[in-house]
Amino acid sequence: MLTVPVQIQILLAGILFFLGLIGLLVRRNIIFMLMSVEIMFNSAGLVFIIAGTHWMQPDGQVMFIFILAVAAVEVSIGLALILQLYHHFKTLDTDAINKLKDKR
Amino acid sequence: MNVFFYIAGAVAIISTIMAITGRNAIHSLLFLILSLLAVSVVFYLLQAPFIAALEVIIYAGAIMVLFIFVTMMLNIGLEKQTEKKWIRPGMWILPSILAAVLLADLVFALRGAGAISISGQIVEPKQVGISLFSTYLLAVEIAAILLLAGVIGAYHLGSQKKKVTHRFLEKK
Repeated sequence: MLTVPVQIQILLAGILFFLGLIGLLVRRNIIFMLMSVEIMFNSAGLVFIIAGTHWMQPDGQVMFIFILAVAAVEVSIGLALILQLYHHFKTLDTDAINKLKDKR
Repeated sequence: MNVFFYIAGAVAIISTIMAITGRNAIHSLLFLILSLLAVSVVFYLLQAPFIAALEVIIYAGAIMVLFIFVTMMLNIGLEKQTEKKWIRPGMWILPSILAAVLLADLVFALRGAGAISISGQIVEPKQVGISLFSTYLLAVEIAAILLLAGVIGAYHLGSQKKKVTHRFLEKK
């Protein structure tokens, strides 16, 4: 029987979310940016599960399943875009792909 | 039980830090899988065993393996010099401080709520399924359409198109 206060549990989810946010803001490699988005998705799902357990309702777990579906779609599209990007620019650095015109 | 929660939380936080600070993409992905497994332990302790299984099977098993496949396909080893030049203390300290301010805000908001702890009853996977296919039926269908759009989009983006370039624009 878990008797940890809900505040501590939400704090864990918050710390994970802010780690993902820092990763998204700081990193320039696009694979790491996509990974940070995944961390943030996961911590949002953790908050849903905590709330669903706290109020003893199944809605939290249902929402987690939807988050899972959205994350799967986002990752597949994102990775396909990364592959195209790598074919065009031969780099994963987001600073190198800020130009619409050809590089001279 | 509580000590397991704290251990799993500590493992999740430490491995996430290792994941976002790593230089090698494969090592970071493996740390991220470890973090997801730790979070699934937390789900199990929160009396959601079905969600814990989904986290292991779908998140760690399918999504992260997709990441690893793409990373291996692109054959990315250590990063190029560009990012090393970018990540100076001046670059990451300000975003980190701003995110820490938001986190402190969250801590302050949670402090005023008083001590509540999780009560004993458990939400069965059966209830989750009944709710999913009665109350949230429309959302399930919308998720199905979203997955279809994802499949079509990934197929379209992933297919190698023939490059069409005017002959004057061709590089020598």
